[in-house]
Amino acid sequence: MIAFLRLLGQGVLEFLQGVGHVTLFLLEGLYLAFVPPFRFRRILREVFFIGFKSSVIILLTASFTGMVLGLQGYYTLKQYGSESALGSAVALSLIRELGPVLTALMVSGRAGSAITAEVGIMRITEQLDALDTMAVNPMQYVIMPKLLAGLISVPLLTAMFDVVGILGGYAVGVMILGVSSGAYFSGMVQSVVPLDINGGIVKSIVFGLLIILVACYKGYYTGRGAEGVSKATTETVVTSAVLVLAWDYILTSFFM
Amino acid sequence: MIKLIKVTRSFNGQRVLDGVDLEVPKGKITVIMGKSGAGKSVLLKHIAGLIKPDSGQIIIDGFDITQATGRELQEFKKRFGILFQGGALFDSLTVFENVAFPLREKTRLSEEEIRKRVRERLDQVALPPEVEEKFPDELSGGMKKRVALARALIQEPAILLFDEPVTGLDPPMTNTVFHLISKTHEEIGYTGVVVSHDIPEVFQIADQVAMLHRGRIIAVGTPEEIQRFPDPVVQDFIHGEIDYMEA
Repeated sequence: MIAFLRLLGQGVLEFLQGVGHVTLFLLEGLYLAFVPPFRFRRILREVFFIGFKSSVIILLTASFTGMVLGLQGYYTLKQYGSESALGSAVALSLIRELGPVLTALMVSGRAGSAITAEVGIMRITEQLDALDTMAVNPMQYVIMPKLLAGLISVPLLTAMFDVVGILGGYAVGVMILGVSSGAYFSGMVQSVVPLDINGGIVKSIVFGLLIILVACYKGYYTGRGAEGVSKATTETVVTSAVLVLAWDYILTSFFM
Repeated sequence: MIKLIKVTRSFNGQRVLDGVDLEVPKGKITVIMGKSGAGKSVLLKHIAGLIKPDSGQIIIDGFDITQATGRELQEFKKRFGILFQGGALFDSLTVFENVAFPLREKTRLSEEEIRKRVRERLDQVALPPEVEEKFPDELSGGMKKRVALARALIQEPAILLFDEPVTGLDPPMTNTVFHLISKTHEEIGYTGVVVSHDIPEVFQIADQVAMLHRGRIIAVGTPEEIQRFPDPVVQDFIHGEIDYMEA
Protein backbone atom coordinates (compact mmCIF):
# COMPACT_ATOMS: atom_id res chain seq x y z
CA MET A 1 0.00 0.00 0.00
CA ILE A 2 2.81 2.37 1.00
CA ALA A 3 4.70 1.44 -2.17
CA PHE A 4 1.60 2.23 -4.24
CA LEU A 5 1.13 5.59 -2.52
CA ARG A 6 4.81 6.40 -3.01
CA LEU A 7 4.54 5.57 -6.70
CA LEU A 8 1.39 7.65 -7.01
CA GLY A 9 3.00 10.58 -5.20
CA GLN A 10 6.09 10.36 -7.37
CA GLY A 11 3.93 10.35 -10.50
CA VAL A 12 1.94 13.39 -9.34
CA LEU A 13 5.14 15.24 -8.42
CA GLU A 14 6.72 14.49 -11.80
CA PHE A 15 3.55 15.65 -13.56
CA LEU A 16 3.46 18.91 -11.59
CA GLN A 17 7.17 19.44 -12.21
CA GLY A 18 6.58 18.93 -15.93
CA VAL A 19 3.67 21.40 -15.98
CA GLY A 20 5.78 23.93 -14.09
CA HIS A 21 8.66 23.50 -16.53
CA VAL A 22 6.41 24.03 -19.58
CA THR A 23 4.78 27.05 -17.92
CA LEU A 24 8.17 28.66 -17.22
CA PHE A 25 9.19 27.93 -20.82
CA LEU A 26 6.02 29.67 -22.06
CA LEU A 27 6.41 32.66 -19.75
CA GLU A 28 10.06 33.13 -20.71
CA GLY A 29 9.16 32.91 -24.40
CA LEU A 30 6.39 35.50 -24.09
CA TYR A 31 8.42 37.80 -21.80
CA LEU A 32 11.22 37.94 -24.36
CA ALA A 33 8.79 39.48 -26.88
CA PHE A 34 8.98 42.67 -24.80
CA VAL A 35 12.76 42.72 -24.41
CA PRO A 36 15.01 44.21 -27.14
CA PRO A 37 16.12 43.24 -29.73
CA PHE A 38 12.57 43.01 -31.13
CA ARG A 39 12.61 40.44 -33.87
CA PHE A 40 9.86 41.63 -36.21
CA ARG A 41 11.35 39.96 -39.27
CA ARG A 42 11.63 36.62 -37.53
CA ILE A 43 8.02 36.93 -36.32
CA LEU A 44 6.86 37.81 -39.85
CA ARG A 45 8.76 34.86 -41.26
CA GLU A 46 7.06 32.53 -38.77
CA VAL A 47 3.61 34.01 -39.50
CA PHE A 48 4.31 33.26 -43.16
CA PHE A 49 5.31 29.70 -42.33
CA ILE A 50 2.63 28.85 -39.74
CA GLY A 51 -0.17 31.01 -41.17
CA PHE A 52 0.16 31.60 -44.89
CA LYS A 53 1.62 28.21 -45.74
CA SER A 54 -1.19 26.46 -43.82
CA SER A 55 -3.91 28.35 -45.67
CA VAL A 56 -4.37 25.87 -48.55
CA ILE A 57 -4.85 22.90 -46.24
CA ILE A 58 -7.23 24.98 -44.10
CA LEU A 59 -9.24 26.02 -47.19
CA LEU A 60 -9.55 22.41 -48.31
CA THR A 61 -10.48 21.08 -44.86
CA ALA A 62 -12.94 23.91 -44.25
CA SER A 63 -14.76 23.53 -47.55
CA PHE A 64 -15.22 19.77 -47.15
CA THR A 65 -16.25 20.14 -43.50
CA GLY A 66 -18.85 22.76 -44.47
CA MET A 67 -20.12 20.57 -47.29
CA VAL A 68 -20.49 17.52 -45.03
CA LEU A 69 -22.27 19.64 -42.41
CA GLY A 70 -24.60 20.96 -45.11
CA LEU A 71 -25.39 17.44 -46.29
CA GLN A 72 -25.82 15.84 -42.84
CA GLY A 73 -27.68 18.84 -41.46
CA TYR A 74 -30.10 18.98 -44.39
CA TYR A 75 -31.24 15.35 -44.09
CA THR A 76 -31.50 15.53 -40.30
CA LEU A 77 -33.44 18.81 -40.30
CA LYS A 78 -35.67 17.64 -43.14
CA GLN A 79 -37.14 14.94 -40.85
CA TYR A 80 -38.51 17.75 -38.68
CA GLY A 81 -39.36 20.06 -41.59
CA SER A 82 -36.73 22.57 -40.45
CA GLU A 83 -34.46 22.76 -43.51
CA SER A 84 -34.48 26.55 -43.19
CA ALA A 85 -32.43 26.20 -39.98
CA LEU A 86 -29.54 24.72 -41.97
CA GLY A 87 -27.61 28.02 -42.08
CA SER A 88 -27.66 28.45 -38.32
CA ALA A 89 -26.78 24.78 -37.71
CA VAL A 90 -23.76 24.96 -40.02
CA ALA A 91 -22.59 28.36 -38.71
CA LEU A 92 -22.94 27.49 -35.01
CA SER A 93 -21.18 24.14 -35.44
CA LEU A 94 -18.30 25.80 -37.22
CA ILE A 95 -17.91 28.96 -35.15
CA ARG A 96 -18.27 27.31 -31.74
CA GLU A 97 -16.52 24.00 -32.26
CA LEU A 98 -15.32 22.71 -35.57
CA GLY A 99 -13.55 25.86 -36.79
CA PRO A 100 -11.18 26.30 -33.83
CA VAL A 101 -10.67 22.57 -33.18
CA LEU A 102 -10.08 21.42 -36.76
CA THR A 103 -7.88 24.43 -37.55
CA ALA A 104 -5.75 23.68 -34.48
CA LEU A 105 -5.47 19.99 -35.38
CA MET A 106 -4.51 20.76 -38.98
CA VAL A 107 -1.94 23.42 -37.99
CA SER A 108 -0.52 21.05 -35.40
CA GLY A 109 -0.15 18.29 -38.02
CA ARG A 110 1.39 20.57 -40.63
CA ALA A 111 3.32 23.30 -38.81
CA GLY A 112 3.63 21.86 -35.27
CA SER A 113 5.43 18.72 -36.37
CA ALA A 114 7.71 20.75 -38.68
CA ILE A 115 8.57 23.15 -35.84
CA THR A 116 9.50 20.27 -33.52
CA ALA A 117 11.69 18.74 -36.22
CA GLU A 118 13.35 22.11 -36.99
CA VAL A 119 14.05 23.03 -33.36
CA GLY A 120 15.01 19.44 -32.52
CA ILE A 121 17.56 19.31 -35.33
CA MET A 122 18.91 22.68 -34.19
CA ARG A 123 19.34 21.15 -30.73
CA ILE A 124 21.08 17.92 -31.78
CA THR A 125 23.38 19.71 -34.26
CA GLU A 126 24.33 22.22 -31.53
CA GLN A 127 22.93 25.20 -33.46
CA LEU A 128 21.06 26.32 -30.33
CA ASP A 129 24.30 26.09 -28.31
CA ALA A 130 26.07 28.04 -31.07
CA LEU A 131 23.51 30.86 -30.71
CA ASP A 132 24.03 30.82 -26.96
CA THR A 133 27.81 31.11 -27.26
CA MET A 134 27.36 34.08 -29.63
CA ALA A 135 25.42 35.76 -26.79
CA VAL A 136 22.18 35.41 -28.77
CA ASN A 137 19.42 34.01 -26.58
CA PRO A 138 18.02 30.96 -28.45
CA MET A 139 14.70 31.35 -26.63
CA GLN A 140 14.37 34.85 -28.05
CA TYR A 141 15.75 34.11 -31.50
CA VAL A 142 14.04 30.78 -32.19
CA ILE A 143 11.14 30.19 -29.78
CA MET A 144 9.56 33.61 -29.13
CA PRO A 145 8.82 34.38 -32.83
CA LYS A 146 7.14 30.99 -33.23
CA LEU A 147 4.94 31.47 -30.14
CA LEU A 148 3.82 34.92 -31.29
CA ALA A 149 3.24 33.66 -34.81
CA GLY A 150 1.00 30.92 -33.39
CA LEU A 151 -0.97 33.53 -31.44
CA ILE A 152 -1.43 35.64 -34.59
CA SER A 153 -1.91 32.96 -37.25
CA VAL A 154 -4.24 30.41 -35.69
CA PRO A 155 -7.12 32.87 -34.93
CA LEU A 156 -6.85 34.22 -38.51
CA LEU A 157 -6.83 30.72 -39.96
CA THR A 158 -9.83 29.85 -37.78
CA ALA A 159 -11.75 32.85 -39.09
CA MET A 160 -10.90 31.72 -42.62
CA PHE A 161 -12.02 28.18 -41.77
CA ASP A 162 -15.39 29.46 -40.47
CA VAL A 163 -16.10 31.59 -43.56
CA VAL A 164 -15.07 28.93 -46.07
CA GLY A 165 -16.97 26.24 -44.13
CA ILE A 166 -20.15 28.34 -44.16
CA LEU A 167 -19.75 28.80 -47.92
CA GLY A 168 -19.21 25.03 -48.29
CA GLY A 169 -22.47 24.40 -46.42
CA TYR A 170 -24.13 27.00 -48.67
CA ALA A 171 -22.86 25.25 -51.82
CA VAL A 172 -24.39 21.91 -50.79
CA GLY A 173 -27.48 23.13 -48.90
CA VAL A 174 -28.56 25.95 -51.22
CA MET A 175 -27.03 25.24 -54.62
CA ILE A 176 -27.46 21.44 -54.67
CA LEU A 177 -30.23 20.55 -52.22
CA GLY A 178 -32.42 23.61 -52.83
CA VAL A 179 -32.61 25.32 -49.42
CA SER A 180 -33.57 28.99 -49.79
CA SER A 181 -30.54 31.30 -49.87
CA GLY A 182 -32.33 33.92 -47.79
CA ALA A 183 -33.32 31.35 -45.15
CA TYR A 184 -29.76 30.02 -44.98
CA PHE A 185 -28.27 33.43 -44.18
CA SER A 186 -31.11 34.97 -42.16
CA GLY A 187 -31.22 31.91 -39.87
CA MET A 188 -27.51 32.29 -39.38
CA VAL A 189 -27.72 36.01 -38.55
CA GLN A 190 -30.49 35.42 -36.02
CA SER A 191 -28.94 32.48 -34.20
CA VAL A 192 -25.24 33.42 -34.03
CA VAL A 193 -24.71 35.78 -31.07
CA PRO A 194 -21.49 37.65 -30.10
CA LEU A 195 -20.81 35.12 -27.32
CA ASP A 196 -20.45 32.38 -29.96
CA ILE A 197 -17.96 34.42 -31.95
CA ASN A 198 -16.03 35.51 -28.85
CA GLY A 199 -15.91 31.92 -27.65
CA GLY A 200 -14.50 30.82 -31.01
CA ILE A 201 -11.87 33.55 -30.92
CA VAL A 202 -10.78 32.72 -27.36
CA LYS A 203 -10.55 29.04 -28.27
CA SER A 204 -8.46 29.74 -31.35
CA ILE A 205 -6.05 31.94 -29.35
CA VAL A 206 -5.64 29.30 -26.63
CA PHE A 207 -5.24 26.48 -29.17
CA GLY A 208 -2.75 28.50 -31.23
CA LEU A 209 -0.57 29.11 -28.22
CA LEU A 210 -0.97 25.54 -26.99
CA ILE A 211 0.04 23.73 -30.18
CA ILE A 212 3.04 25.95 -30.90
CA LEU A 213 4.11 25.75 -27.24
CA VAL A 214 4.03 21.95 -27.34
CA ALA A 215 5.87 21.91 -30.69
CA CYS A 216 8.63 24.26 -29.48
CA TYR A 217 9.01 22.58 -26.08
CA LYS A 218 9.27 19.08 -27.53
CA GLY A 219 11.85 20.27 -30.06
CA TYR A 220 13.87 22.30 -27.54
CA TYR A 221 14.14 19.36 -25.15
CA THR A 222 14.36 16.62 -27.76
CA GLY A 223 16.15 13.32 -27.12
CA ARG A 224 19.42 12.34 -28.76
CA GLY A 225 19.91 11.79 -32.46
CA ALA A 226 17.45 11.22 -35.28
CA GLU A 227 15.43 8.84 -33.13
CA GLY A 228 14.98 11.50 -30.47
CA VAL A 229 13.72 14.04 -33.00
CA SER A 230 11.40 11.48 -34.60
CA LYS A 231 9.94 10.60 -31.19
CA ALA A 232 9.55 14.28 -30.28
CA THR A 233 7.71 14.98 -33.55
CA THR A 234 5.24 12.16 -32.96
CA GLU A 235 4.72 13.28 -29.36
CA THR A 236 4.00 16.81 -30.56
CA VAL A 237 1.15 15.73 -32.82
CA VAL A 238 -0.38 13.34 -30.26
CA THR A 239 0.01 15.66 -27.24
CA SER A 240 -1.32 18.67 -29.17
CA ALA A 241 -4.39 16.75 -30.36
CA VAL A 242 -5.21 15.50 -26.85
CA LEU A 243 -4.63 18.93 -25.27
CA VAL A 244 -6.72 20.72 -27.91
CA LEU A 245 -9.67 18.37 -27.29
CA ALA A 246 -9.30 18.56 -23.51
CA TRP A 247 -9.05 22.36 -23.51
CA ASP A 248 -11.97 22.53 -25.94
CA TYR A 249 -14.15 20.87 -23.31
CA ILE A 250 -12.85 23.16 -20.55
CA LEU A 251 -13.39 26.33 -22.60
CA THR A 252 -16.79 25.20 -23.89
CA SER A 253 -17.96 24.68 -20.33
CA PHE A 254 -17.07 28.33 -19.65
CA PHE A 255 -18.90 29.69 -22.67
CA MET A 256 -22.12 27.65 -22.39
CA MET B 1 43.60 32.76 -17.57
CA ILE B 2 40.95 30.08 -17.18
CA LYS B 3 40.95 28.26 -13.88
CA LEU B 4 38.75 25.27 -13.04
CA ILE B 5 38.55 24.37 -9.36
CA LYS B 6 37.02 21.04 -8.26
CA VAL B 7 34.35 21.08 -10.96
CA THR B 8 31.85 18.24 -10.64
CA ARG B 9 28.86 17.37 -12.80
CA SER B 10 26.57 14.34 -12.94
CA PHE B 11 23.98 13.35 -15.52
CA ASN B 12 21.19 10.97 -14.50
CA GLY B 13 23.13 9.90 -11.43
CA GLN B 14 26.33 9.21 -13.39
CA ARG B 15 29.28 11.40 -12.44
CA VAL B 16 30.93 12.70 -15.61
CA LEU B 17 33.22 15.30 -14.03
CA ASP B 18 34.57 14.31 -10.65
CA GLY B 19 36.50 17.28 -9.29
CA VAL B 20 38.31 18.69 -12.33
CA ASP B 21 41.21 21.04 -11.50
CA LEU B 22 42.90 22.76 -14.44
CA GLU B 23 44.63 26.01 -15.28
CA VAL B 24 44.63 27.22 -18.88
CA PRO B 25 47.32 29.88 -19.43
CA LYS B 26 46.36 33.08 -21.23
CA GLY B 27 47.29 33.34 -24.91
CA LYS B 28 48.32 29.67 -25.13
CA ILE B 29 46.67 26.60 -26.62
CA THR B 30 45.74 23.89 -24.17
CA VAL B 31 44.70 20.50 -25.50
CA ILE B 32 42.41 18.33 -23.40
CA MET B 33 42.69 14.71 -24.47
CA GLY B 34 40.92 11.64 -23.26
CA LYS B 35 38.93 8.63 -24.41
CA SER B 36 35.56 8.99 -26.14
CA GLY B 37 32.92 9.54 -23.49
CA ALA B 38 35.46 10.78 -20.92
CA GLY B 39 33.58 14.06 -20.58
CA LYS B 40 35.84 16.30 -22.69
CA SER B 41 33.01 18.03 -24.55
CA VAL B 42 31.04 18.41 -21.31
CA LEU B 43 34.09 20.09 -19.76
CA LEU B 44 34.37 22.44 -22.75
CA LYS B 45 30.67 23.35 -22.47
CA HIS B 46 31.25 24.21 -18.80
CA ILE B 47 34.02 26.63 -19.81
CA ALA B 48 31.70 28.13 -22.46
CA GLY B 49 29.01 28.65 -19.80
CA LEU B 50 26.56 26.35 -21.60
CA ILE B 51 26.37 23.93 -18.66
CA LYS B 52 26.51 24.82 -14.97
CA PRO B 53 28.53 22.53 -12.70
CA ASP B 54 26.96 20.80 -9.71
CA SER B 55 29.82 22.20 -7.63
CA GLY B 56 33.17 23.90 -8.10
CA GLN B 57 34.32 27.13 -9.69
CA ILE B 58 35.22 28.20 -13.22
CA ILE B 59 37.17 31.45 -13.03
CA ILE B 60 37.95 33.28 -16.26
CA ASP B 61 40.14 36.39 -15.95
CA GLY B 62 39.12 36.70 -12.29
CA PHE B 63 35.38 36.33 -12.98
CA ASP B 64 33.59 33.24 -11.61
CA ILE B 65 31.13 32.31 -14.37
CA THR B 66 29.37 29.75 -12.16
CA GLN B 67 28.08 32.60 -9.99
CA ALA B 68 27.10 34.88 -12.88
CA THR B 69 23.50 35.91 -13.48
CA GLY B 70 21.92 35.36 -16.89
CA ARG B 71 22.69 38.86 -18.20
CA GLU B 72 26.27 38.91 -16.85
CA LEU B 73 26.94 35.56 -18.44
CA GLN B 74 25.39 36.71 -21.74
CA GLU B 75 27.75 39.71 -21.76
CA PHE B 76 30.70 37.55 -20.83
CA LYS B 77 30.01 35.13 -23.69
CA LYS B 78 30.94 37.88 -26.15
CA ARG B 79 34.57 37.06 -25.33
CA PHE B 80 34.12 33.49 -26.55
CA GLY B 81 34.25 31.80 -29.88
CA ILE B 82 33.52 28.10 -30.16
CA LEU B 83 34.07 25.63 -32.95
CA PHE B 84 31.57 22.82 -32.44
CA GLN B 85 32.21 19.21 -33.37
CA GLY B 86 29.79 19.23 -36.31
CA GLY B 87 30.37 22.92 -37.10
CA ALA B 88 26.87 23.91 -35.86
CA LEU B 89 26.37 26.08 -38.92
CA PHE B 90 22.83 27.41 -39.31
CA ASP B 91 21.47 25.29 -42.13
CA SER B 92 18.91 27.87 -43.28
CA LEU B 93 21.65 30.48 -43.86
CA THR B 94 24.33 30.69 -46.56
CA VAL B 95 28.04 30.56 -45.74
CA PHE B 96 28.23 34.35 -45.93
CA GLU B 97 25.19 34.80 -43.66
CA ASN B 98 26.61 32.26 -41.19
CA VAL B 99 29.94 34.05 -40.88
CA ALA B 100 28.27 37.48 -40.82
CA PHE B 101 25.74 36.36 -38.19
CA PRO B 102 27.65 37.45 -35.03
CA LEU B 103 28.44 40.84 -36.58
CA ARG B 104 24.84 41.45 -37.65
CA GLU B 105 23.55 40.40 -34.23
CA LYS B 106 26.06 42.07 -31.98
CA THR B 107 27.46 45.11 -33.82
CA ARG B 108 26.14 48.09 -35.75
CA LEU B 109 28.64 47.78 -38.60
CA SER B 110 27.59 48.77 -42.10
CA GLU B 111 26.75 46.01 -44.58
CA GLU B 112 29.85 47.01 -46.57
CA GLU B 113 32.12 46.63 -43.53
CA ILE B 114 30.52 43.29 -42.66
CA ARG B 115 31.11 42.06 -46.22
CA LYS B 116 34.76 43.11 -45.99
CA ARG B 117 35.34 41.40 -42.65
CA VAL B 118 33.60 38.19 -43.74
CA ARG B 119 35.77 38.07 -46.86
CA GLU B 120 38.91 38.57 -44.75
CA ARG B 121 37.98 35.69 -42.45
CA LEU B 122 37.09 33.39 -45.33
CA ASP B 123 40.43 34.23 -46.95
CA GLN B 124 42.15 33.45 -43.67
CA VAL B 125 40.69 29.93 -43.70
CA ALA B 126 41.41 29.57 -47.44
CA LEU B 127 37.84 29.57 -48.75
CA PRO B 128 37.22 31.14 -52.18
CA PRO B 129 34.49 33.78 -52.81
CA GLU B 130 32.23 31.34 -54.72
CA VAL B 131 31.61 29.44 -51.45
CA GLU B 132 29.87 32.44 -49.90
CA GLU B 133 26.46 31.80 -51.46
CA LYS B 134 26.43 28.06 -50.75
CA PHE B 135 24.39 26.48 -47.98
CA PRO B 136 26.08 24.25 -45.35
CA ASP B 137 24.64 21.03 -46.78
CA GLU B 138 26.43 21.78 -50.07
CA LEU B 139 29.85 21.77 -48.36
CA SER B 140 32.30 18.97 -47.56
CA GLY B 141 33.16 18.18 -43.93
CA GLY B 142 36.46 20.06 -44.14
CA MET B 143 34.85 23.14 -45.68
CA LYS B 144 32.16 23.16 -42.97
CA LYS B 145 34.89 23.15 -40.30
CA ARG B 146 36.65 26.04 -42.03
CA VAL B 147 33.43 28.06 -42.30
CA ALA B 148 32.74 27.35 -38.62
CA LEU B 149 36.28 28.49 -37.78
CA ALA B 150 35.77 31.69 -39.79
CA ARG B 151 32.52 32.34 -37.90
CA ALA B 152 34.20 31.65 -34.54
CA LEU B 153 37.01 34.09 -35.44
CA ILE B 154 34.87 36.89 -36.89
CA GLN B 155 34.66 38.85 -33.63
CA GLU B 156 38.29 38.21 -32.74
CA PRO B 157 37.47 36.40 -29.49
CA ALA B 158 39.81 36.42 -26.53
CA ILE B 159 39.04 32.75 -25.88
CA LEU B 160 38.44 30.18 -28.59
CA LEU B 161 37.17 26.70 -27.76
CA PHE B 162 37.47 23.79 -30.18
CA ASP B 163 35.33 20.68 -29.73
CA GLU B 164 36.92 17.80 -31.67
CA PRO B 165 37.94 20.10 -34.57
CA VAL B 166 39.17 17.31 -36.87
CA THR B 167 36.80 14.42 -36.12
CA GLY B 168 35.66 12.78 -39.35
CA LEU B 169 38.25 14.50 -41.54
CA ASP B 170 40.84 12.77 -43.73
CA PRO B 171 44.56 13.13 -42.78
CA PRO B 172 45.35 16.01 -45.22
CA MET B 173 42.30 17.96 -44.06
CA THR B 174 43.18 17.19 -40.41
CA ASN B 175 46.60 18.77 -40.97
CA THR B 176 44.99 21.72 -42.80
CA VAL B 177 42.63 22.42 -39.89
CA PHE B 178 45.43 22.14 -37.30
CA HIS B 179 47.56 24.43 -39.46
CA LEU B 180 44.70 26.96 -39.60
CA ILE B 181 44.25 26.82 -35.84
CA SER B 182 47.95 27.41 -35.36
CA LYS B 183 48.06 30.22 -37.96
CA THR B 184 45.01 32.07 -36.60
CA HIS B 185 46.36 31.69 -33.05
CA GLU B 186 49.57 33.39 -34.10
CA GLU B 187 47.62 36.18 -35.82
CA ILE B 188 44.99 36.84 -33.14
CA GLY B 189 46.66 35.52 -30.01
CA TYR B 190 43.55 34.01 -28.41
CA THR B 191 43.55 31.60 -25.49
CA GLY B 192 42.67 28.27 -27.04
CA VAL B 193 41.19 25.12 -25.52
CA VAL B 194 41.13 22.18 -27.89
CA VAL B 195 39.31 18.98 -27.04
CA SER B 196 40.66 16.14 -29.14
CA HIS B 197 41.75 12.53 -29.16
CA ASP B 198 43.76 12.83 -32.36
CA ILE B 199 47.17 11.82 -31.07
CA PRO B 200 49.90 12.71 -31.98
CA GLU B 201 48.68 15.26 -34.61
CA VAL B 202 47.14 17.51 -31.95
CA PHE B 203 50.52 17.89 -30.18
CA GLN B 204 51.77 20.10 -33.06
CA ILE B 205 49.45 22.96 -31.95
CA ALA B 206 49.58 22.43 -28.18
CA ASP B 207 51.44 24.57 -25.69
CA GLN B 208 49.97 22.54 -22.85
CA VAL B 209 48.29 19.12 -22.79
CA ALA B 210 45.93 17.79 -20.11
CA MET B 211 44.56 14.27 -19.89
CA LEU B 212 41.00 13.75 -18.65
CA HIS B 213 40.33 10.29 -17.25
CA ARG B 214 37.33 9.13 -15.20
CA GLY B 215 36.19 12.67 -14.61
CA ARG B 216 39.54 14.01 -13.40
CA ILE B 217 42.62 15.60 -14.90
CA ILE B 218 45.32 13.01 -14.30
CA ALA B 219 48.22 14.67 -16.16
CA VAL B 220 49.19 18.18 -17.26
CA GLY B 221 52.31 19.35 -19.04
CA THR B 222 53.91 20.33 -22.30
CA PRO B 223 53.51 17.84 -25.18
CA GLU B 224 57.03 16.57 -24.49
CA GLU B 225 56.33 16.13 -20.77
CA ILE B 226 53.07 14.33 -21.45
CA GLN B 227 54.78 11.92 -23.86
CA ARG B 228 57.23 11.01 -21.07
CA PHE B 229 54.55 10.97 -18.34
CA PRO B 230 54.95 7.76 -16.29
CA ASP B 231 51.25 7.00 -15.72
CA PRO B 232 50.37 3.86 -17.75
CA VAL B 233 46.87 5.24 -18.54
CA VAL B 234 48.48 8.23 -20.28
CA GLN B 235 51.03 6.08 -22.07
CA ASP B 236 48.42 3.55 -23.22
CA PHE B 237 46.25 6.37 -24.55
CA ILE B 238 49.11 8.09 -26.40
CA HIS B 239 50.31 4.83 -27.94
CA GLY B 240 46.82 3.61 -28.77
CA GLU B 241 47.03 0.47 -26.64
CA ILE B 242 43.90 -1.69 -26.49
CA ASP B 243 41.87 -1.08 -23.35
CA TYR B 244 41.11 -4.68 -22.38
CA MET B 245 38.74 -3.57 -19.62
CA GLU B 246 36.57 -1.78 -22.19
CA ALA B 247 37.07 -4.37 -24.94
